[in-house]
Amino acid sequence: MPQDRREFIKSLGLAGLGGALPSSALASQSAANHDEDLGVLVDSTFCVGCRKCEWACRESNKMANLAIEDYANAATLPAPRRPDAGLHTVVNAYPNPAGGDPRFVKFQCMHCLEPACASACIVGALRKDPAGPVSYDAGKCIGCRYCMVACPFQIPTYEYDEPLVPRVMKCTFCFEQTVTAGARPACVSICPEGCLIFGGRADLLDYARRRIAKDPDRYHDHIYGEHEAGGTSWLYLAAAPLPTLGFPALEPVAPGHYTERVQHAVFKQFFPPLALYTLLGGIMWLNRRGAGDE
Amino acid sequence: MSSHAAKPLFHPLRTWGMLLTLAVMALGAFFGARRFLHGIGSTTNLNDQYPWGLWIGFDVATGVALAAGGFTSAALVYIFGKERFHAVIRPALLTAALGYTFVVLGLLADLGRYWAVWHPMLPSMWNGNSVLFEVGICVMIYLSVLYVEFAPIVLERFEQVLSPRGLARRAVSGLKRGLDRVLFLFIIAGVVLSCLHQSSLGNLMVIAPSKMSPLWWTPLLPLHFLMSAIAVGLPMVIFESLLASRGFRRAPEMHLLVPLARLAAPLIALYLAFKLGDLILREAWSAAFVPSGAALAFWAELLVGLALPVLIFGHPGLRRRPGWLFAGAAAMVLGVALNRINVFIIAYRPPYAELPYVPSFGEWAVSAGLVAAFVLVYRLAVTYLPVLPTSEEERHA
Repeated sequence: MPQDRREFIKSLGLAGLGGALPSSALASQSAANHDEDLGVLVDSTFCVGCRKCEWACRESNKMANLAIEDYANAATLPAPRRPDAGLHTVVNAYPNPAGGDPRFVKFQCMHCLEPACASACIVGALRKDPAGPVSYDAGKCIGCRYCMVACPFQIPTYEYDEPLVPRVMKCTFCFEQTVTAGARPACVSICPEGCLIFGGRADLLDYARRRIAKDPDRYHDHIYGEHEAGGTSWLYLAAAPLPTLGFPALEPVAPGHYTERVQHAVFKQFFPPLALYTLLGGIMWLNRRGAGDE
Repeated sequence: MSSHAAKPLFHPLRTWGMLLTLAVMALGAFFGARRFLHGIGSTTNLNDQYPWGLWIGFDVATGVALAAGGFTSAALVYIFGKERFHAVIRPALLTAALGYTFVVLGLLADLGRYWAVWHPMLPSMWNGNSVLFEVGICVMIYLSVLYVEFAPIVLERFEQVLSPRGLARRAVSGLKRGLDRVLFLFIIAGVVLSCLHQSSLGNLMVIAPSKMSPLWWTPLLPLHFLMSAIAVGLPMVIFESLLASRGFRRAPEMHLLVPLARLAAPLIALYLAFKLGDLILREAWSAAFVPSGAALAFWAELLVGLALPVLIFGHPGLRRRPGWLFAGAAAMVLGVALNRINVFIIAYRPPYAELPYVPSFGEWAVSAGLVAAFVLVYRLAVTYLPVLPTSEEERHA
């Protein structure tokens, strides 16, 4: 019967619509207030590339470390380096088109307000702590590395050579110190130039704006992280646009919004799957009845 | 819903083909063992830039897509009442059940903490925002559903070999009758679960818009994946049936396969049209004309993997010829496989990539070993279980 085929195609189409049409009930959580979140303002215009933050980071996270004297200035290192499983933060040097000293900039986890890694994580091993840090629980992790796929800053790294208990490795925001003890993270404490300012996110934004207003020649007029990828707890000031200093240019949307709106539309009170089940069951029933008449 | 038109082949297993299959499996097992002893880094070219490679793009994503023959043929025969295609159900079901089993095995090789793979079952670890959670739970349930759907085939074989008056035989028959009565519930569930996770698989990469080539990234990627899974289902059934006929020296079942190709043509055309429309509306066309490997992969997918099968399946003269029919089905299977590899590997452009990702020999070996193991188990199943339909000659004998 030609009718069957039309039905077939029609209901397949319906299944598809259920699977992909955005609905108005998109982002399930209304945007949380992140004003009080702990954050760090990185004023990279003061960075001299000494890499003491790299040393302090390894100390704080109890990772294999070099002597502090063995950290050569970032300007002398092959550019640009990336964090890896043995180092959560790096300082890179970028040539200054105006001449003079290179521009230095520090990289680490941005601790997004709505982290793509936490949205992606199949077991909730990565989560945004209400205090600000994006933390990782290796005890939950199954090692799928979807967080690494999802992160727009390409931050999570992996212990690929560990056969049994590999971990995702990334900046912890020195969780024990900052959240539990209320102290500054290791990199902030050690920075001799005062590039790193630890505080509440709203205060940091305010402070950054005042710095730009006070010294407009020093700064490119943009606070990187205010809106990028939906906003981050770490914020950057620089002499040039961050995308010229090795940072990605990103839309002001948390990547998880794209996937979550589809997912939540499909599973809204389990209605679409149940409706599809009922529809298919109905078609089956009609066809069986028809078959009996033949 | 049982049919006695299928029977075990009892074909000899000691062939050169099987020997080659075992050799490929051994090679895969060697590199698989190395991965489990020395870590993912020892065997793969994966790194912090490219966390996913061949094992996810091929073993998992392509495996799931090509197992779509199971739910599409079940929908066609049981839900849309096309009983005349009944003979294709069992081989398609076998492929799906085996396919998903090997998807899980492939996934275990890729998971850093494979021993924790059960964690998503614990409510304390559920993450309803995670696309991967949706895929994982759906695939897990669907795999169980596939085993239930396959159980009557195994029970039927037990019925044949057990002594007719024994207690075991009566228990098996009772179980089979009971199962037959509720099987329709599982069949519908299988189709729903397939629609859910086939589309969600496409949603996975939607979370990385800034890292994906515009040729493939679209918020409608879930719909692309669902439509292509539906479109590749019947061609995959045709592809396998013709391969099995050739391998076991039986006459191709053209009386079933030609109408299947006719049904598949509009489904493929629909997906092709949708893909083109989406590309035009997103104004992503220009990327297809920049000379690059990605553009080449895109055109190969579009022309060989979609336009060619539409032409062959849509042409009444061509699809009647076994050679052309096979070419059309193979092109479609290849096209969807290429699409999954394109989406998960070629389209992925990490911001700090140093060198492009190329799978290591070990990755190829493990993937090939899984395919070989699939072939071996498929071969064993059709040899000892009533899966393949009785051939023309037997029916007329």
